[in-house]
Amino acid sequence: MSELLQGTDVWTLLVIVGLAVVTVVARSFFFISDTAWQLPHWAQRGLQYAPIAALSAVVIPEIVMSQGQLISTWQDARLFAAAAGVGIYFAKRNVLLTILGGMAVYLPLHLGLGF
Amino acid sequence: MMFLSPKLFRHPQFKVGMLELAPQAPGVAAWGLMTGVAMVKSGMSVFESLAMTLLVFAGSSQLASIPLIVAGAPAWVILATGFCVNLRFVVFSLHLRPHLIHLPRWERLMHAYVTADISYVLFTRRFHQPGHTPEERRAQEAYLAGSDCLNWSGWMVASLVGIALANFIPPDWGLGFAGILCLLGVQCSLASSRLRIVSAAVAGAAAVATYALPLKLNIVVAIGAAVILCLTMERFKPQQTPGGHA
Repeated sequence: MSELLQGTDVWTLLVIVGLAVVTVVARSFFFISDTAWQLPHWAQRGLQYAPIAALSAVVIPEIVMSQGQLISTWQDARLFAAAAGVGIYFAKRNVLLTILGGMAVYLPLHLGLGF
Repeated sequence: MMFLSPKLFRHPQFKVGMLELAPQAPGVAAWGLMTGVAMVKSGMSVFESLAMTLLVFAGSSQLASIPLIVAGAPAWVILATGFCVNLRFVVFSLHLRPHLIHLPRWERLMHAYVTADISYVLFTRRFHQPGHTPEERRAQEAYLAGSDCLNWSGWMVASLVGIALANFIPPDWGLGFAGILCLLGVQCSLASSRLRIVSAAVAGAAAVATYALPLKLNIVVAIGAAVILCLTMERFKPQQTPGGHA
């Protein structure tokens, strides 16, 4: 137990509990209160576009940037893996094959050729 | 946990939710694994890493807060950073509100706690309207619980394995990229109309262009820019397909 707790302090644990509360508050933000209110029509329509925008905003920088900069070379395993993944998705409509096929392109290029 | 309630896990939609999440599970697991590795590697103790995994359950805010914790930043800075990184969930909560608002507050909060990106996306892809009858609402709730159950378990098991194996899995293998491929696949599954493809392209470009913003605010800016542009384009060029919800 002492080995498990090594380097642990109470302040950090309190911050971790705080971060858990932040997770709940963020994920329930607009339904913590159940006071009735109507979302304007334009905002309701706008929500149709939010999920794909959120995913794209998370994913695209992870593919085309490194160290906070746009990459300047095509020799990056992520580009080939992402292209393969998108191709496989639209051919097979299957996310599992997208992951497996993308990694099958990524790992040899990344570990073998150092891309 | 919410998904252990029998009225939900005995419902047929619980299994449907699990089955629809299943193809995404390996990507979620790979991402969880690398998050577990990253926590230990960046200097958190094993106990702190375990506590963070079991309590926080938000990969992006965990990864963003670790360097701040290790550097001894003030607590409010760490919590504010976590909230900003989680701002996309605030948008999601607006979307989920009509589907969950009939439940007691405690149950709403528990559902929200365990609903991360993938479950949210799969849920809103399947259910465009809140249920009209109590039975329809129960079915939606059971679907969400099933999807969350598998997502949560897969993430937890993989993160714990990552913490245990942290010293044996070199981060430069890049296994975490499987998590990105998983999100990319789900993103493709949402590209069901031209305007949605525009939304993805605009958000991706905006997120890269504003990457230098602090606290991952580039993600919020990107969502805002994409949604506003799509709403504007919608106004000038109405969708041809009758009843087509873009």
